[in-house]
This record gives sequence, structure tokens and C-alpha cells, in this order.
Amino acid sequence: MIRVALLGLGKMGLSHCAIINTHPDIELVAVCDTAEYLLAVLGKYSHIKTYTNYRKLLAAETLDAVFVATPSRFHAEMVRDALEAGLHVFCEKPFCLDTEEGLRLAELAEQKNRVNQVGYHYRFVGTFHELKHLLDVGTLGALHHIRAEAYGPVVLRAKGRTWRTSKSEGGGCLHDYASHAVDLVNYLVGRPQAVGGTVMNRLFSGDVEDEVYSNLFYANGLSGQIAANWSDESQRKMSTKVSVWGTNGKVVADRQEMKVYLRDASKAPDSFNKGWNTRYTTELTDPVWFYLRGEEYSAQIDHFVEAVKTGLMDTRSTMRSAVDTDLVLSAMAKDANRRVGAATQTAVMPGSPRATSSMANVLRRLGTRNLPASA
Amino acid sequence: MERILFGDNQFFGVNHLSEDKAHAQAMKFQDINAVIEVLDIAYDEGIRVFMCTTHERIADICDHVRADPEHYGDLQFYPCMPYAHKYANAVTEQGMMGALETFLPKEGTVGAFINGVVSAARKDVEQLATMLIDAEMKMFEGLKTPVIFLQNVVTDLILGLGMNDVFRMFADHVKKRYGAEPGFITMNVPRLLDALESAGIENPIVCANINKIGFRMCGGVEAYEKIIATRRFRPVAMSVLASGAIPPGEAIDYVCKQPQIEAIVFGASTRGNIRQTKSLIGNYDAHGAAA
Repeated sequence: MIRVALLGLGKMGLSHCAIINTHPDIELVAVCDTAEYLLAVLGKYSHIKTYTNYRKLLAAETLDAVFVATPSRFHAEMVRDALEAGLHVFCEKPFCLDTEEGLRLAELAEQKNRVNQVGYHYRFVGTFHELKHLLDVGTLGALHHIRAEAYGPVVLRAKGRTWRTSKSEGGGCLHDYASHAVDLVNYLVGRPQAVGGTVMNRLFSGDVEDEVYSNLFYANGLSGQIAANWSDESQRKMSTKVSVWGTNGKVVADRQEMKVYLRDASKAPDSFNKGWNTRYTTELTDPVWFYLRGEEYSAQIDHFVEAVKTGLMDTRSTMRSAVDTDLVLSAMAKDANRRVGAATQTAVMPGSPRATSSMANVLRRLGTRNLPASA
Repeated sequence: MERILFGDNQFFGVNHLSEDKAHAQAMKFQDINAVIEVLDIAYDEGIRVFMCTTHERIADICDHVRADPEHYGDLQFYPCMPYAHKYANAVTEQGMMGALETFLPKEGTVGAFINGVVSAARKDVEQLATMLIDAEMKMFEGLKTPVIFLQNVVTDLILGLGMNDVFRMFADHVKKRYGAEPGFITMNVPRLLDALESAGIENPIVCANINKIGFRMCGGVEAYEKIIATRRFRPVAMSVLASGAIPPGEAIDYVCKQPQIEAIVFGASTRGNIRQTKSLIGNYDAHGAAA
């Protein structure tokens, strides 16, 4: 049995708690949160040990792993303490508001040989995982455009005050919604080298953006676009869609289905034909031992457990890959801020090792072309 | 319990296979009269139960039915609560406590609850639970609601947390206050049956995906078949077509061959589909009875 503790009992924390608690190979030893009423109820009716101070929990309990599901601004110190204590760590997304600290934590986990995973659950959705496979085997030929969209009805009026509505605590559509779209793009085709033309706009929120749009640039000619809007009332719940165009066709995938158009089926797995092909979640999703809200939430936890059991360091959503996502988000935020000033320029990703001089020229040209008339 | 229950996913943009289809349906049924028209067809075809989420738009349907008691004399509602996205979005927007404040009546206990005066004692938790249930049931006042279901996202959350006493609270309140039978929707039948048994809920009504491909049946098809055949509970089958992945005849044959399954929920938007599904169930039931 893997002995784990869970830090944070918010929306994701409670959901993780239920899933972790039913996993046959996990013993959920303790949980920690500052909401004492919630702890009292949980303690009374579920027999899980409760703490209000995570350091006390880490000191008192013998553990193998920790799940961190607190508001984003607490991730860094909790993850560090857990890693220093020699524990495997699963952390909710977004990983780290400070990208440099995020990178140090990813390195620390690798140094200490601790299994590390970040909760980008879309990597565990059957359709997106299958799309990844199709791209990896070259089904679409040379890729030239990817578009990831995330829409949902979270903020529909000017009210409410939680950490999700506070910029300094990691709130806003960028970290909440766009992060999923960016992470999916990174997962499917790798991290872009630059972002440009980013728009981060407030609709109802006072302190944070409600919509994010951005362009992604790659050295090999691939381009991408991100569109995220958490103030879209026409959506029943969060809806995420990825479209990819290649020289041999196109794929459009969401949580339910994957539609594939192929010009030449010989590059595709056997079951695919020339023209349109549709694959549904019913055939692409592996069964899970316990279902709550979606198979992917259980699948990602099972993946982590298997990694702990087998010592697999290269999980499907490592801290390092989550830092890549944080880097793109951070570049977008900088790029969007730049627009507010007189001059704009396409922002080059910090620490991007592969940015070539010809790439830089392309970006400069694009940046110039995108200058607003007032500049 | 009635044999055939008419579901509501098609009216509210829920489709487990296609978001495009879900959107198209949401657009088609944005006018509540379009929903009522389909409900009328189902009623006309002899279906007597509307099993519906406590979505705010259902309130309009309730008003419509209340206004014509003569026509809808035999119509029963099986409410399924809560409409969880409403709560989930509110939690994201306002935090846990803020969301509770939004959905509970403003006076009395809630103030005490928010201020932390209300304890984790059973009566306090029960009072909170009953207030939430009553808030969801308000729209059905004066209508027949002989079975009241707890939605799977809440059932399975409570199940996962191991808070089995809460099932008991739900069951007690639904019986006492509404004279109704409690029902539980779940994706985890084997585990839920154990939990309900430990909470002292006997022969429970349990609604779950039951389809021959095992879509969202945690534990697997074989475990479900065995449990349905051997354990004491009242199964209600939903998602029998696995969102269209199984042809109707095959899907309904599979369910009707398990005589312990008491009821079948299905959703449809046209007279043709309603009639076809209803007659398939009738035929396979008759066939099963004759065999």
C-alpha cells in the first residue's frame, strides 16, 4: 500500500480525495485544509485524519507520496517541503506561478528520483491521447497549424471573490482555462518557441482576465493559436477542443470524439480510411476502477500510482513539462502587457534554446506587422 | 416504479458522444415549448414518468404541468438532484462557503453556518443537507414525485469520501418530507451497494449505466451482471444505448434479458424514436416473459 496525504480540499481536492480514497493500492492517511468545518465533517463521517497545518502533517505521518491541491500560490513551498521529505509528489495545475522556482522543483524531483506529476488531466482523455499517437506516427504528414480552444461558463457577472479571481494568487482565465489548452498543445506538438499578438481581456472580473487569445510560433514552420474564454454562457461546462492541420489531413478532437480527415490513409493505423473517420470516447477510453466526473481524473491518479510502484520517472505529465506550460503562460502574460504600451513586439520565450536567428527575423517581421496604428 | 422512464439529457445539451450534437440539441430545445412538445408526445405514447435533473429550466415545465392537472393527471416526476454544474461553477466563482451561501435560504441556520457556529454534529450536517434538498425540490411543489434521485456526481463523491451516513440522511429526508422513495444514480454500482448496505438502506433503487459494452460501468460488465442477478436492490438502467454506440434492438434486448432490472430510462426527441424504443422494450419484455 502506498501511504499518501492530500493537501487542499477545494473543488479539485475533494474530487481527488474521493478518487484516492477508493484506489486499491493507496492508503489515504491524512488530509489538510484550513476550512475547519469541512475537516470536522470529513473527520466525523469518513475516518480520515485531518490537519490544518501541512508541516505538522508531514512531520507526524509516515508517507510515500503527497497530493497538492491547494490554491496555486501555495504549490511551490508545499512541493518543495514534500520533495525535501523524500516523498513522491502529485501537484494540481498550474504547477508554479514562478517559472524559475518551478524549474528548480522539477530538477529537485529528478535529482531525488521522486515520481512527479502535475494534474493536466486532458493528457489522460482517450481522444487526446489517441490524437497524440496519430501525430507521433506521422499520420497527418508535416504539421502546419494547431488550434486549442477552451470555453466555459465560470464568470458570468461581476461578483465573487476567491483566489481564482485574484491575479497574485494565480487566478484568471490564463491559469485556469488557457493553461489546459497550452498544455495540450505542448503535449501534442511540443513547446512553441515564441508567442505573439496575445490578448488578455477582462469582461466581468475586476482583477483578472476572462478571455485569452494568443499565437504560437515554432521554428519548423508550425504555427498555433490558443483561445480561452471562461465567460461563455453558451457552454454547459468547460469544453476543450483541439484542431490540427497537416499536409496529409486534419484532426478535430474534443473530450467526446475525434474526427480525422485523411488525404492518404497509408500513413495511418490500419483501421483508418481515406476521407473522414470518427472515433468516439466509448472506444478510446479504458475502464477505471472508480468513476467521478470523468475517467481521466481516475486515470491520471492510477498512472501516478503505477509510476510510484514501478519507479517510473517519466510520467505522462511531469513537473518539467508543466514548467514548459508555465513558461508559455508567462510569455503570454508579458506579451499581453506589452500591448498596453506604445510599442509592441512579439515576445520570445525566455530560455528557449532553439530560437534561431532566422526565427528571430520572422518574429520581428511579424511583430512589426502586428503593430497597432497608434504605435 | 414505472417500467419506462423518460430522461432529459437530450433537452439540456448533454450527449456523451458528440459535443456538436449536444449543441444542436441545446439550440433546438432552447424554447421550453419545444421540450413540452416532446414531453407531450411521450405522454401521448403512454410514458408516465419524466426523470429530470433539477435544472432551473425544469421549473417552467413544472409550471406548465401544474396549470393543466386534468391533462397531466397521470404524469409523475422523478427529480434527480442536484444540477451539479450550477454548484461547481459557483464554487469556482465564489469559493465553497460563498457557493453555499448562494444556494441556501438567507436567514437563520445559514448565517450560523457561515459564521462557523454550526458544528459537525449529525443534526447540523443533516439540517444543512435537508435545506439543500428542499431548495432543489421547491420547483416540484404540488406535483407527483414518488422517487427522488441523488445525481451520480454527488452520490459518487460521497461514496468516494466514505461518508455513507449522508446517504442515510438523504433517504430519511426524502421519505419523511416528500413521502418518496430515495434513488441513487451511480457509475460505481458494486461499491455503492456495499455503502448503502452499511448505511442500513435496504433494497435501494439504484440507477446506473447498464449496457453490453460496459460503458461507464466501474467493475465491468460481468460484475454488474452477477450483482444484478444476485443482490437485493432495484436496478434502473440508463445509457443502455451507450450514447448510440449500440444499435437499439441489441441494446434493449440485453437489458430486458435481465429480469431483475425494474426500469429503463431513455431520452429521445422525436415521436418515431420514442415509439420505437417503447415498443422495443414492450416486445423484448413480452418475449422474455414468454420464454
